[in-house]
Amino acid sequence: MSKFPVERIRNFSIIAHIDHGKSTLADRLLELTGAIATTDKNKQVLDKLQVERERGITVKAQTASLFYKYQGQTYLLNLIDTPGHVDFSYEVSRSISACQGVLLIVDANQGIQAQTVANFYLAFEAQLTIIPVINKIDLKNADPERVEKQIEKVFDIPTEECIRISAKLGTNVEQVLQEVVKRLPPPTFKKEDPFKALVFDSNFDHYRGVVANIALFGGYLSKGDRIISAYLGKSYEVNELGLLRPDEHPTDRLYAGQVGYVIAGMKEVKEAQIGDTLYHQKHLVEAFPGFKPAKAMVFAGMYPMDQSDYSALRSAVEKLTLNDSSVTVQRDSSLALGAGWRLGFLGLLHMEVFNQRLEQEYNASVIVTAPTVPYKAILSSAKLIKNRRAVQKNMVYIDDHRVMMKYLFPLNEIVVDFYDLLKSMSSGYASFDYEDAGYQAAHVIKMDILLNGKPVEELTTIVHKDRAYSAGKAMCERLQDAIPRQMFEIAVQAAIGSKVIARETIKAYKKNVLAKCYGGDITRKMKLLKKQAEGKKKMRYVGTVQVPKDAFINVLKRKDK
Amino acid sequence: MLRTCLTAVRGPAVCVGRCFSSEVSGADSTLAGFSSPPFSTEASLYVHWPYCLKRCSYCNFNKYIPRSDNQDVMLECLQRETETLLKLSQVSRITSVFFGGGTPSLARPSTIAAVLQTVTRHAGLSEEAEVTLEVNPTPVGSSKLEDFLHAGVNRFSIGVQSLRDDDLKVLGRDHNSQHALQTVAEARRLCPGRVSVDVMFGRPGQSVASWELELDELLSVCDDHVSLYQLTLERGTQLFRQVQKGQLSVPSDDITAVMYDSARRILQKRGYLQYEVSNFARNGAISQHNMSYWKASQYLGVGPGAHGRFVPRGEGYVCREARTQTLEPDVWLREVQQRSHGTRRRIPLTHLGLLEEVLVMGLRLTDGITHQHWQLFSPRADLYQILSSSSEVQDLQQTGLLILDDRGLRCSWQGLALLDSMLPTLLLLLEAYITQGLDNNSGSLQL
Repeated sequence: MSKFPVERIRNFSIIAHIDHGKSTLADRLLELTGAIATTDKNKQVLDKLQVERERGITVKAQTASLFYKYQGQTYLLNLIDTPGHVDFSYEVSRSISACQGVLLIVDANQGIQAQTVANFYLAFEAQLTIIPVINKIDLKNADPERVEKQIEKVFDIPTEECIRISAKLGTNVEQVLQEVVKRLPPPTFKKEDPFKALVFDSNFDHYRGVVANIALFGGYLSKGDRIISAYLGKSYEVNELGLLRPDEHPTDRLYAGQVGYVIAGMKEVKEAQIGDTLYHQKHLVEAFPGFKPAKAMVFAGMYPMDQSDYSALRSAVEKLTLNDSSVTVQRDSSLALGAGWRLGFLGLLHMEVFNQRLEQEYNASVIVTAPTVPYKAILSSAKLIKNRRAVQKNMVYIDDHRVMMKYLFPLNEIVVDFYDLLKSMSSGYASFDYEDAGYQAAHVIKMDILLNGKPVEELTTIVHKDRAYSAGKAMCERLQDAIPRQMFEIAVQAAIGSKVIARETIKAYKKNVLAKCYGGDITRKMKLLKKQAEGKKKMRYVGTVQVPKDAFINVLKRKDK
Repeated sequence: MLRTCLTAVRGPAVCVGRCFSSEVSGADSTLAGFSSPPFSTEASLYVHWPYCLKRCSYCNFNKYIPRSDNQDVMLECLQRETETLLKLSQVSRITSVFFGGGTPSLARPSTIAAVLQTVTRHAGLSEEAEVTLEVNPTPVGSSKLEDFLHAGVNRFSIGVQSLRDDDLKVLGRDHNSQHALQTVAEARRLCPGRVSVDVMFGRPGQSVASWELELDELLSVCDDHVSLYQLTLERGTQLFRQVQKGQLSVPSDDITAVMYDSARRILQKRGYLQYEVSNFARNGAISQHNMSYWKASQYLGVGPGAHGRFVPRGEGYVCREARTQTLEPDVWLREVQQRSHGTRRRIPLTHLGLLEEVLVMGLRLTDGITHQHWQLFSPRADLYQILSSSSEVQDLQQTGLLILDDRGLRCSWQGLALLDSMLPTLLLLLEAYITQGLDNNSGSLQL
């Protein structure tokens, strides 16, 4: 690997809005450079997680080192595949800091979207070379010319710089590689400098421990070296290191300007945080700026379906968080649901993916309570937006077809289903990105939900005073639908302090017995009764009222009509 | 004793496991831990006649319109299967026979006679055994009653359903109220005190008031036994579709609850004792055959789609099995001809499975389950041990729905109407106790 002079190395990322074709392009690049064989099965090779493949999204950033021959010379191109979702912008920014350039993909029909803009700014601020790539030109509605003009207007990049491709069909993809070689500067790191590497990803392997993906900014790293992580100050010995092609290819050394992986006896991914700096024990260096330990923005309560599943769920959560250092975990407990946790995520998608992985990979079934946002005590659209207490900040016309609007929202208003609604109201065209704008004072109050007088802790919410009645009524109605009739009447109430502000009633059964068992055929009835008995096991009791687990979930999801 | 039971066992692992793991105490005269009650050499017999002339709009039973006249082959096969199952179960006495369907009154009386003869030939059918035939009250049906009597039937169950001709049409019945009244009268003439009338409430367009009036009318002409059924909409029936489309509507849950309650009171006032959820008798005229279901006795099911619960001792098994005969008549006929019976499914009942049936069926009786009765099936775990420490059961007792005392376990008047709401709780407790092991007598199970 030392025969690779730094001048022939290119480090780049692919950034884009969701579904604009990052991963497909990554596939093609891998195929073109022989890293993987050209077959149909290469659809999104780099998306390793089941949940990623199902949802067509990338959750974990992956990396591949490609060898590309251009004009008689072989180049080492290090590709870093990035997550395309707003929740993971921190990961994207770290990946970018290991690069000298990015391919900014824009869908030829959809044009610039929220994440396109967000990611562009990340790259721009990092002063990277930006190569705009217009993808999906093979589709019927593609209008590359319009998109090029858009790009010129919003990003100030001349239209000649755009490359029009179809990643799916492979059209012009080779040209992308060439432009990477031509336009991107090589890294300016020197082998002679002390060793310094940026951690831009890590995952946990049961047999080998933490595998950290690093980009070397100076010096070189050999097997057996002793290194230190700047964040925790702990030292480790390098057991194994190598390139990712995208599979691991162990080598003896990695040099400045290269990208690869290292295994150094770290036990938890928390020891290899994204954005962290690694250096030789004997050569202290300045840590990379911009490192932040991940900050959770959206919280959810997670409880096992039944308390007997608690330890199974705990171990599933532990295993998953092994590989995801940005999830914060705190033990919690509830009257209604028993012992569980309060988990913090980078965003809604992060949370959904986590849940899906829990269910699929660990067969865990969980009750998830509504995400809540951090409140600081003192505690204090056009129709869609108006209903959600937003304050408009500004409005910019991107082109003839679209407008970008900035609003100041209380986070609470968007945290559950704002995004879904926005998408459906705008047939998918509207896109949305948010950033933390700090805390603001508001008049909020605590609202309890009672069943036959007993409060259901998990349904206690903090609502704005103006919304209390409608929220309370809606919750009562939703509960009325979700809780089955029982042998006594059930009063469902929403209350603020001791004042009841809304109420629904669930009538009692007056008769519930099978009329006739014909000719000794009792099998069907027995099956039904046994099924009901099983269902009872999963019910929660609030006082004497049986509540199915679905009831909580149904109630806590907000739906505006 | 253990030795004999080991050599006899050839059944499914479940049963065998039971046999090995339970302690055999010399004091027990019953074979301890077996999943069948003391070996019974008795059973009742259910015979299914699958054919009807037309299908009622609410019916989703196993019934068919006959395409050709296959009375002969049906007769042959019913006899054959009866013989086979009698031999298989090794019962030496049939305590009651019930001809159900379909419309059994469409069968030839000679067919009925032939089946009864087969029973007599291969097992005992005592003089006092109740032999019931379901009757559709059409003119044709009522003209055959006497012949059925001569064939050996000694009890008639007549599907009157309603005295309102309009309603009968909606229900798709092929008779009117006049026919029904005539049939009841004829049946009472032939078998006084041994006629049962089926009535249906919760029909489209019915009100509590009209129901009460109708019931009064009916009771003036009924004999000593009345079965009261609530109309239930079953998927796939014509009535279900009509209600879904909005062409018809049935009374709401609350109204049918009132109808049931008021019917119970009216029947009681008129001297009928309610002995089961849907069954009322005066002068002690309870249905012996149906009793065997509620008491979890053995029963043999013969004919397409018939259900049975017995121990196939003839094959060396010791576990009671839940058995179903092939549903479709044509297929059933073929199977009986080829291998002498048309059993489609047979599933051994575990100890717990049998107890569950005892519990679910027994609680339908107003007398419920006595401790003695329960002990026949569960010699090691009595009802107190299983239920008394549960707070939920205590609640049910306190709210006056369930009674657990020195007689046994039963529902109260209100409790009976809500039985199916209580059963899941009881089943869970039973399961928890039994699977925990009969040896563990902690008795402190809290739900």
